[in-house]
Parts: sequence; structure tokens; C-alpha cells
Amino acid sequence: MDAQITIPQSRQDNTFQRLVRTFRVSAWLGWQIEANWADPLVFAIYALIKPLASAAIIVVMYGIITQGDFGQPIFAYIFIGNAFYIYVGQVMSGVSWAVIDDREHYRMLKYVYIAPIHIPTYLLGRGVAKFVFASISVFVTLLAGVLFLQIPLDLLQVDWLLFIVSLAIGVNMLALMGLMLGSIVLLLVNHSFGMGEAVAGALYLFSGAIFPLEVLPEWIRWVGFIMPVTYWLELIRRALLPDIAAGFPTLASLSNGQLLGIMLGLTVFFAVAAFLTFNYCDREARERGYIDRTTNY
Amino acid sequence: MTLTAKVTKHSGLRLFLMTVFGRAYPRMVGMLRERSWMLWEIILPILGVSAYVFIYRAIGAPEIYIGFVVMGGAMTAFWLNVLWSMSSQLYWEKEMGNLSLYIMAPNSMMGILLGMAVGGLFFAGQRALVITIVGSWIFGVSYEVVSYWQLFAVFMLTMVALYGLGMMTSSLFLLLSREAWHLANLAQEPIYLASGFYFPVKNLTFWVAAGASIIPLTMGMDAMRQLVFPDGSSLGFLSVDIEIAILVGLSVLFVVGAKLMLDYMERLAIREGRLTESKR
Repeated sequence: MDAQITIPQSRQDNTFQRLVRTFRVSAWLGWQIEANWADPLVFAIYALIKPLASAAIIVVMYGIITQGDFGQPIFAYIFIGNAFYIYVGQVMSGVSWAVIDDREHYRMLKYVYIAPIHIPTYLLGRGVAKFVFASISVFVTLLAGVLFLQIPLDLLQVDWLLFIVSLAIGVNMLALMGLMLGSIVLLLVNHSFGMGEAVAGALYLFSGAIFPLEVLPEWIRWVGFIMPVTYWLELIRRALLPDIAAGFPTLASLSNGQLLGIMLGLTVFFAVAAFLTFNYCDREARERGYIDRTTNY
Repeated sequence: MTLTAKVTKHSGLRLFLMTVFGRAYPRMVGMLRERSWMLWEIILPILGVSAYVFIYRAIGAPEIYIGFVVMGGAMTAFWLNVLWSMSSQLYWEKEMGNLSLYIMAPNSMMGILLGMAVGGLFFAGQRALVITIVGSWIFGVSYEVVSYWQLFAVFMLTMVALYGLGMMTSSLFLLLSREAWHLANLAQEPIYLASGFYFPVKNLTFWVAAGASIIPLTMGMDAMRQLVFPDGSSLGFLSVDIEIAILVGLSVLFVVGAKLMLDYMERLAIREGRLTESKR
């Protein structure tokens, strides 16, 4: 006798609703994983100490060499780049880390796979918690810079539209880069743990996050110009500190519109590349039986 | 029919040394068999070192600071090794189910920890050496050693104290669950800052530097910088002799502390049934 299960019409949803639900639940899961291991106060301290310490290393280095002359434009350039770079480490690495976390640590990736959800949307949703933490860290770092380190951030001078549009495009681009990395991690046996860190490290060095690209040797400077984060950080600096950004020649020949166009183009490119990469890696990982693998590497 | 097999039993010092070797062996042989480790473990720190070097170049720092960064980058190998492969190792072993086997086996847990330390030191030492060579070559760092025997003494004492610290904290991690990963993660950048991995620790003011001296690398790096860089002594926190004396004290404190803590925590973990728990 054949049995037939009928799902009531009220419980059926269309593709868009399914994607939204996947994203929402995944974001909530990511939040719980990141935040519920400690009480809120301990967690808040944990979430702030690491980024503040990273910023403080650079502040101390700068302070030693310049005898504490924090009013120089180069300091604001470095400080803003370093602060917003937190998004790169958190969002990009966060999305790719979800694969490692679910497969190696919690060993539940196989259960995620058999659930009726869209996996790339699930992975992108896992990056939401990282985005929230990164936003808090960036805000606190900037606040410390303005209050204690003479960062000339004037809220009335900020180009808010440019800032919000740049931030939105940049974060989406980083999440898509993270999805690409996460897809590759699906196929990696060794070193998957360092993948996000390696890419973030390379971007940190070559994207002009903490020094103008002119400081790099000329033969390697071109790498910075093919990195999307370079353009993103330039836009953020122009939006927040237009006078200071104008003093550095790296991308001075490009207008804000051109930079936004480049960013948008790169985001579309990464969107296509991320989904193609995911489709390929996902198929390979299923064929090779990697979805439920635990390497303990 | 009785089946008998002759089993050679070891005890005392021989058993202890075999335990040390047995635990160190997988780390040493693992590194030699899987050589891609080396590439990976060198590229990442070199990227970090390069970023800090270029910050110094962007603000016109004297060349000695480039050498400080290269040395700091090399020493991160030891700190990361102590953090992730010593302190939190018993937590990982618990997660994988090996910890109960260690406890059941008729050997000394101190032998296990020492073996982890020896294997880790071998691994991190190679990584640090390569970072130093590659970093010095890329950025043209020059060295001028004041006293080789003092340099050797400082390095060895730093390692004994550092791995002693790792052995001591590993027993604390026995009691931890999910928070272990987060705590180890938290002890990276703040320690890089407090211990002066990329700048002379003296610049953090006396009391901050004195407080950070509980981490053996703070004293070790400060002393080594004074011994290997021309004019390094002018940027030192304390004199090398005093720093050697402090490192001797830290070595004794942490190794003895490791033994006491391990005995206490092992009893506590057994009593509370935490040796086999796995709270992911």
C-alpha cells in the first residue's frame, strides 16, 4: 500500500520564504553558537578585548615612533583602515568558518545537508552574528579613537549616504568571498583551519588597510590594486574623513562614483563566482563523501 | 591451553622517559611526514610580520624596530604552540576521547605533558627559525650578538618557563568545555600587546611591563633583543642579568606549579566526572 504525505497548504511556502526562513534561523543559530557560552558581561568583555588589543598594538607602535603625535593624517589613515578591517576578518572568515565548525567541531553538517534548506543561504546566515560583533567592535574602536587619540571624525562632515552604501556593498562582498572560501574548505583535508586566516592576512597586507600602498615595494604593489578590499577601505575613509583621504594619492584619480562602480562590479563578480564555486565544491564533496568527514587535523 | 606472552614492564625513570618520547614522537614525526604544515605555518606569520614591518616603514621608524618585529613574529610560533597545543591540548584530547586513555594508562601525566612540550618545542622551534631566516632576509635585518652564552641561557630559560606555563594551564583547561576555544583565542592579541611582541615592552610603562612579565616571553624577548641588536640595550626594560634571574624564578614556579595543579585538577575532574564529558 502506498502512503502519501500531504503537507497542508498553510505549511507550504515558496522559494523566497524558504530562503528567508533559512537565513533567519541560521543567523539565530550563529548568534547562539557565538554568544551563549558565557554570561553576557563576560561575553561582552571577550568580544571587545580582542579588537581593542589589535588596535592598541598599532597605536603603541605609532606612539613610540612619533612620540605620541596622533594628530598626523597617516595615523587617522591607519586607524580607520585597521578598525574597518575587523569586518574582513569577522565576516569573510566567519562564513567560511561555519563549514569547519559544523563539520569538524559540532559534526552536524550532514544533518544540515539533509534538512530542506538552501545551503549557501545557511552559510551566509551564519555570518550575520559575526557581522553584528564586528559592528560593535568597529564602533567601540572608533569611539576610543575619537575620545583618546585625536581621530578627527566629525559626524556633521561624514558623507552618510556614501558610508552606508559603501558599507552595505562591502559587507555583502565580504560575505560572498567567505562563501567562496567556505566552498573550498568543503574539499580541503589539511589546513582548512587556516584558510580564512591566510586570505585575511594577505588582504591585510596588500589592501592598504594599515599603510598606503605606496609603502609596498613597487614590484608587488599591483596586488593591492586587484584586491576589492583596497577600494572598499578607500571609500570608507572618503566617507568618514574626506580631508584626510584626499591627502593620500593611492586612488586619488578615481571619483567616488567610479570607486562605487568598481565595488559593485566586484560584488556581482564575487556573487557569480561564489555560487559557481559552491556548486562545484558541493558536488565534489558529496561525491567524495566529505560532508560528514572529521579529520581531527 | 594457556597462552602466555612475555611483556616487558618498565617503571620509574625509564617509564617516564618512554612516556615523554611516546607523546613527543607523533608531533615530531607528524611534522616531518606532513611537510605542507611548514609552508602553511610560515606563510601566515610572514604575512603578519610583513604588515607590521610596513607600518613601521610608513611612519619612518628606525631599522632596529624592523628587527624587533621579525623577532616578535618568530616568537609567536612558541606562544601559539603553547596556547593551542599545550594549554588547550587536554581539552582537545578530551573532545576526541583520548584523555581517558591517558589517565587509564600506567604512566605519568607529567610525562605526557612534558612529551607534548618537547614535541611542540621541536615543531615551533623549526617554524621560528624559518621565520627568522626568511624575515631577516626579506627585510635586511642585521644582528650583532653581545654574548652567545647569555643568549643561549635566555632562550632556554624562556622555553622552560613558557612550556612550564603551558603545562600548568593545560590542567585548568581540563575543566573547561566550549569556553576553552574562546579563552585560547582571547589570549592572542592581548598577549601580543602586553608582552611587546612588536615593540619594546619598556614603552608600556614600568608597572604594565612588570605585570606582563608573568608571561615568560615578555622577559625572554626583551633580553634577547638587548643581546642581538646593536643599541638594543638602550630599549631594554631591565638589565639582562635581572631578566635571567626572573626567568629562572618563573621556570621553577611554573614547572612546580604544573605538577601541583595537574594533581589537583585531575582529582577534581575525576570527582566531578569531567574527563569524558564532551559539551560541544
